[in-house]
Amino acid sequence: MANKILMPKLSPTMEEGQISSWVKEEGDAIEANETIAEVDTDKATMEMTSLEAGTLLKILVPAGENAKLGQTIGIIGEEGEDFADLLKEVENEGSSNGASAEPKEEAKEETQEVKSEESKPAETPKLITEEQKPKTEAQSTNGRLLVSPIAARMATENGLDLRSIEGSGPNGRIIKRDIEKALESGQTQADPATVSAPTFDAAAEIQGASAFREENTSPMRRTIAQRLGESIGPIPTFYLTVEIEMDETLKLRKQINKSIAPDKISVNDIIVKVAAMALTKHQFVNASYQDDKIRFYEDADIGVAVAIDEGLITPIVRGANKKGFQQISSEVKELAEKARNKKLQPEEYQGATFSISNLGMMGIKEFTAIINPPEAAILAVGTATPTPVVRDGEITTRSIMHVTMSCDHRVVDGATGARFLQTFKQMLENPVMMLM
Amino acid sequence: MAELTIRDALNEALREEILRDEDVFIMGEEVAEYDGAYKVTRGLWKEFGDKRVVDTPITELGFAAVGVGAAMAGLRPVIEFMTFNFSILAADQIINHAAKMLYMSGGDFKVPIVFRGPNGSAYQVSSQHSQALEAFYANFPGLKVVMPSTAADAKGLLKSSIRDNNPVIFMEQERMYGLKGEVPEDEDFTIPLGIADIKREGIDCTIVARSMTVPLAYQAAEQVQKEFDVSCEVIDPRTIKPLDIDTIVESVKKTNRLVIAEESHSFASVGAEISHQVMEHAFDYLDAPIKRISTAEAPMPYAKNLEELALPDVPKIVEGVKEVCYL
Repeated sequence: MANKILMPKLSPTMEEGQISSWVKEEGDAIEANETIAEVDTDKATMEMTSLEAGTLLKILVPAGENAKLGQTIGIIGEEGEDFADLLKEVENEGSSNGASAEPKEEAKEETQEVKSEESKPAETPKLITEEQKPKTEAQSTNGRLLVSPIAARMATENGLDLRSIEGSGPNGRIIKRDIEKALESGQTQADPATVSAPTFDAAAEIQGASAFREENTSPMRRTIAQRLGESIGPIPTFYLTVEIEMDETLKLRKQINKSIAPDKISVNDIIVKVAAMALTKHQFVNASYQDDKIRFYEDADIGVAVAIDEGLITPIVRGANKKGFQQISSEVKELAEKARNKKLQPEEYQGATFSISNLGMMGIKEFTAIINPPEAAILAVGTATPTPVVRDGEITTRSIMHVTMSCDHRVVDGATGARFLQTFKQMLENPVMMLM
Repeated sequence: MAELTIRDALNEALREEILRDEDVFIMGEEVAEYDGAYKVTRGLWKEFGDKRVVDTPITELGFAAVGVGAAMAGLRPVIEFMTFNFSILAADQIINHAAKMLYMSGGDFKVPIVFRGPNGSAYQVSSQHSQALEAFYANFPGLKVVMPSTAADAKGLLKSSIRDNNPVIFMEQERMYGLKGEVPEDEDFTIPLGIADIKREGIDCTIVARSMTVPLAYQAAEQVQKEFDVSCEVIDPRTIKPLDIDTIVESVKKTNRLVIAEESHSFASVGAEISHQVMEHAFDYLDAPIKRISTAEAPMPYAKNLEELALPDVPKIVEGVKEVCYL
């Protein structure tokens, strides 16, 4: 008799789990206690074992999607068994939960081949959904991508995502000429600057947080991540320091404050805004390394480090790239106040895409900050000090501010980070650049 | 350079080596008074007499054994099999004695002998007389296997084979005896064993061929160049054992595709061996499964039309190239 496979509780605090991968496929025989799927919980990736022996008849929650504790994620039974009734029951379960059970018509005539039309699980709408797979995805045998050895090698060397390439060989095998074609058409992931207007289809887990899209981590990125990680720790960090002349920004701030008096904004508010704007231009910095995926955020949700009595918390200015100085300023004030009073809600301090720590007001000239995972970088901002500089052969003074960015090398490379800082610096040194 | 047929190039090689080294002699059926069944030894008996060119009865095992004994005693026999099909009768002497003597005598007895004759199909000589036996001999340690495809290679390789201190299986092809080619006139012209020759350079697909399939591969390469602008590299290993796999691997690393054309049956063939070695050394460079064009898995039919169907030919090699190039 067919039975439901339910999402088990795999960690003490788990409320939902994401199917990281299905170890078994529809039609596979399963023994009791055999691993059938890997599930990402809030704590770790856990192996999920089957409680009974049988055949995996149906996968209801595909890899990459989440399921609540106790939600039906699949159906197990005897080979060839009719499980239409059970499927209907599971669907009703979904709709009675008030979730968006999508209209389905395929339940009956469905066969195992209809994988691409997989029924969506009944689930709350705020799930992370897998990035839309390209329609042209190579056909595969048992879900395996067919690639000739030389094509695989060339793709690795060029950082190409094989899943985005259409195979022209037998059974959709990706062959050398497909890679050459892809390379000709400039379909590489090497330079983020060449990626044009990406779409962000995934809704965030945390309300109000930035939408994002995910791309499969390229083999090259994975190798960089793995090797640097072995060398330096779980997050291979490196640091980039830049000197910024703040005179123009300070002038700008004075003008703004004059016109909005008695309201006023801080230098840090400007830095938050400028960083957010620079982030939208440098997607690898506004990203997160997630092992087999790199998550790129649409908006810059800036965590601003606030010192409180018992430590430190980073409330978040959501979508700072879209907000004005004044709005950022008032939000930061409000959040800092809440932080000090321990009134911050989780969504107000969880899920930033980038962080800024400013110790300038405490006279710190230069320092490094520690990345707040899973963010890719954090900016450590020092104080702006009048410093003698040589300009046009004359010694004069400028307000120099040192900024050091800590970068997660798994996703940000030296040049990537440097380009971001260039943009950041240009905007602060010449605020007109913010309009560009 | 002189233009010679493969037959005459072999004849020159034999003549020059008989003149060069008094230990060299030729023995086989009809090699002396009749000038050889395929006239490879033409004129040699007349010129050198009974001591150097010896007719034998129809006793393959016997004269192969006499040859092995003579080689152990210090001579350099060239044993002609009228065709390699008859060498099967002498296989015990070749495989159990010639191939193993150096090893089993602890190095005391060298066997510098050449077994030569035509191998593979001829013109409607049917099942028992059309066999390509290179894989059979190449399988045994102690034997070198040589298969020339041009007049120059035939001459240079036969001279090297006679001078070699180990038993050499030297395989000619009856259909190719009349093929003409430029041959250097230098009496000391030799081609070392174990070195492949690139008969045609190309960048898109490698064709490894030997003996009779070399000219076929060349024609196929010309055809796909014209019809599909596919540039094939044709490699003739010339020596099957030792095999110059490096040249083949280098080529495959460049072209990423390999077609092997051979006259033998495909199962456990030399092509299978090459295919395996390429997989081993150039796996990451392959863009398509290696394709083999071999003789049909059946005894060779007598009927002309069926014989043609069974053998590798230009259209089959062209198809193979198209397949690995995904055309």
